[in-house]
Amino acid sequence: MSSIVIQFLNGLAGASALFLVAAGLSLIFGVTRIVNFAHGSLYMLGIYIAYSAIGWASGSDGPGPMGFWGGVLVSAIAVGATGALTEMLLLRRIYGAPELFQLLATFGVVLVLKDFALWVWGPEDLLGPRAPGLQGSVAILGQAFPTYDLVLIAIGASVLCALWLLLRRTRWGMLVRAATQDREMVGALGVNQKWLFTAVFALGSALAGLGGALQIPREPAQLLLDLSVIADAFVVVVVGGMGSVPGAALAALIIAEIKSFCVGIGQLDVLGFTVSLPKLTLVVEFIVMAIVLVARPWGLLGRAPGPQRVFAGGHEQPLQPAVRSALLAILALLAAVPFIANGYTVVLLIDILVFALFAASLHFLMGPAGMASFGHAAYFGLGAYGAALLVKAAGFPMETALLSAPFVAAAGAALFGWFCVRLSGVYLAMLTLAFAQIAWSVVFQWDTFTGGSNGIVGVWPSPWLASGSAYYYVALTLCGCGIWLLRRIVLSPYGFALRAGRDSPLRCDAIGIDLVRMQWVAFIVAGTCAGLAGAIYAFSKGSISPETLSIPLSVDGLVMVLLGGVQTASGPVVGAALFTWLQDTVARNTDYWRALLGGIIIALVLLFPQGIVGFIRQRFGRSGSL
Amino acid sequence: MSMAAMLSARRLIAYYGQAQILSDVSLDVASGEVALLLGRNGAGKSTTLKTLIGLVPMAGGEVVFRGERIDGLRPYQIAQRGLGYVPEDRRIFTDLTVSENLEVGRQPARKGLPAWTVKQLYKLFPNLAEMSARPASQMSGGEQQMLTIARTLMGNPACVLLDEPSEGLAPVIVDAMVAAIKEMKSQGLAVLLSEQNLHFAEDVADRAYIIEKGSIRFCGGVSELRDNDSVRSACLAL
Repeated sequence: MSSIVIQFLNGLAGASALFLVAAGLSLIFGVTRIVNFAHGSLYMLGIYIAYSAIGWASGSDGPGPMGFWGGVLVSAIAVGATGALTEMLLLRRIYGAPELFQLLATFGVVLVLKDFALWVWGPEDLLGPRAPGLQGSVAILGQAFPTYDLVLIAIGASVLCALWLLLRRTRWGMLVRAATQDREMVGALGVNQKWLFTAVFALGSALAGLGGALQIPREPAQLLLDLSVIADAFVVVVVGGMGSVPGAALAALIIAEIKSFCVGIGQLDVLGFTVSLPKLTLVVEFIVMAIVLVARPWGLLGRAPGPQRVFAGGHEQPLQPAVRSALLAILALLAAVPFIANGYTVVLLIDILVFALFAASLHFLMGPAGMASFGHAAYFGLGAYGAALLVKAAGFPMETALLSAPFVAAAGAALFGWFCVRLSGVYLAMLTLAFAQIAWSVVFQWDTFTGGSNGIVGVWPSPWLASGSAYYYVALTLCGCGIWLLRRIVLSPYGFALRAGRDSPLRCDAIGIDLVRMQWVAFIVAGTCAGLAGAIYAFSKGSISPETLSIPLSVDGLVMVLLGGVQTASGPVVGAALFTWLQDTVARNTDYWRALLGGIIIALVLLFPQGIVGFIRQRFGRSGSL
Repeated sequence: MSMAAMLSARRLIAYYGQAQILSDVSLDVASGEVALLLGRNGAGKSTTLKTLIGLVPMAGGEVVFRGERIDGLRPYQIAQRGLGYVPEDRRIFTDLTVSENLEVGRQPARKGLPAWTVKQLYKLFPNLAEMSARPASQMSGGEQQMLTIARTLMGNPACVLLDEPSEGLAPVIVDAMVAAIKEMKSQGLAVLLSEQNLHFAEDVADRAYIIEKGSIRFCGGVSELRDNDSVRSACLAL
């Protein structure tokens, strides 16, 4: 009995932390419709700033002159100011751009903030001070419970109450709630949204900063927090219903309690199998999210959004003769590369080819099929692991494994896609993220089969393909065929139906097109091609790790597609080439390649809100077929 | 009449994407006057009103409101200058209560213009008074229509753009709309009323414009229009 109470309290403390960061994200999304990837970075900044502000870094034994709580407050305010500044300098300029570009811009901010933290605080984990007077524990039903966690619970509850009062009892809160539903109408009633948006950003960011700063006695400040926290926060926001603060509180509570009890119960024997529940905590929130989204597509307390258009799709057309000849010339040039360039260039080009196919498959989903995926790396990784395991565990010849691995990814895409295509817009994107995280966590934890965090080594091509240039031709052929196939499908009757479904789902329904099945097939096609890219990647590197299906790789894919321009078929290829080359070049020349890349992304978004190829097309007339 | 015009639009042009919706719309509304914008479905009535409030970007033409050019301004700037907009689809904030909806519309009082209070508006729309704490999601269509007009009046506008307020409403609610429009008129407001329902509109309007395929085809007094069968059958009959 007493241990149940303790687990429950543990859950409450976890919920309090989750709620603080998720409430801010939900508020920001509700009003500005911006999916703020940088929210986790603001949380990370909150921990770091609190660390310095409290004064631990000065070398003294205890908090500096500001004291613990002063430092926490300073951190929240500083992070709030950072958020407001980001909104005013960057996001304010791109509210009119497609939603996915706003996402790309916030991802640029993630990269910049990460390197800012690296530059200021260094790569080591930093352990902060305990709160004065709260280091001990109190006895609850005979069991010790950390005093600080009790305070954390109280703070979470107070912030919830304060937010509730702010939203319900003030004119500002009324405007926020009204704008969450229909911001255009709020503007037509004479309210200047500019400052409303900035204020919401400042408040949401300050909450993230506060959430981070309050964790300083519980976990070290480190650079990986940004993406792990943003994944958690997204899940809470989506489960609760985007834009709903009470929803965020409810979802945080459910997820944190389930996690806490998983840890508390430990091993469980089910039908003779031993299930380790603590290991489940890595995915439990994503499982909860998958269940909630399938049952209630707009979250527990969310509302059905109006018709969402993630972006305006392109009008893919057959190639014109001039472009066709240009493409053949480029292909010929690529085929000649091993004779004219050095080995390093060949290796880099294999990477570029792999990611071009990966990005093209993601573009197929996002462009013609109109579904944004935040977890596309799952299929890349399934292909890579499929290839490696077919060789290592099943003893297939390398060639067979390379060609069979895409079907492993296809199976995964068929399973995950069946659920995803039942949603739309941001919710669909979040579910793809959830499934990718589940896949990652299975691979990461299943040491005996997948090698766990070490991955699988010694995945080499057959001897006749062992030379760099031989494998280059394999990659060129397979990636070329994959991209050609994707384009062929877009221009087929099936592709027409898919694009029609993207542009007017209701009309498609009315003329007898089964849109859900169409989208499911699109999901499988895209997954298969991503899997092929993953398989080629595995044999080109000789080893693979869980990173091949992690969130950062999914985000890389998004960046490639959006960088090139989602409205054009060649966009993802150009974007992948540019991104891979930039990452390679910049990373070799500076420790702060992320900040540079982030800066470039932000500059590109501000300069070319239609993507690079989209810009060229707009600027230099419709060559029509780019 | 254009000398006294409070709102004056000249040669408005507007597009939705590639499709041209307005090609030549010029109209004037004076203080204390109800001007009627008549036309079939898809003729450009709603787009005209949305262009005036700034929700649809203007591709050409100019708009002068109370002696000041307002074309190119943001919707909130236009609203702050005293132009009120009542959308056809009402766009009530259903998460908010009735009184909260009114509060969102609140703007400072303007010199020389009627300053509406919640109390006055509840008197004008007695149904609203009885449900001031009710979430707007639980209102009937007619009640929502009253709320959307009351919300716009909370901004103390000098001129109100009313987009098809009688659409789909029961006759008893339509009577309440007529009373509200007459009250606005008596307070010296300018009203631009877009309608398909000529019978409702004839009661309150002073002058009428007929819009077809994005341009104004007729401009004249309501009685003139009543007697002009050829215009009515050409531009209004289904």
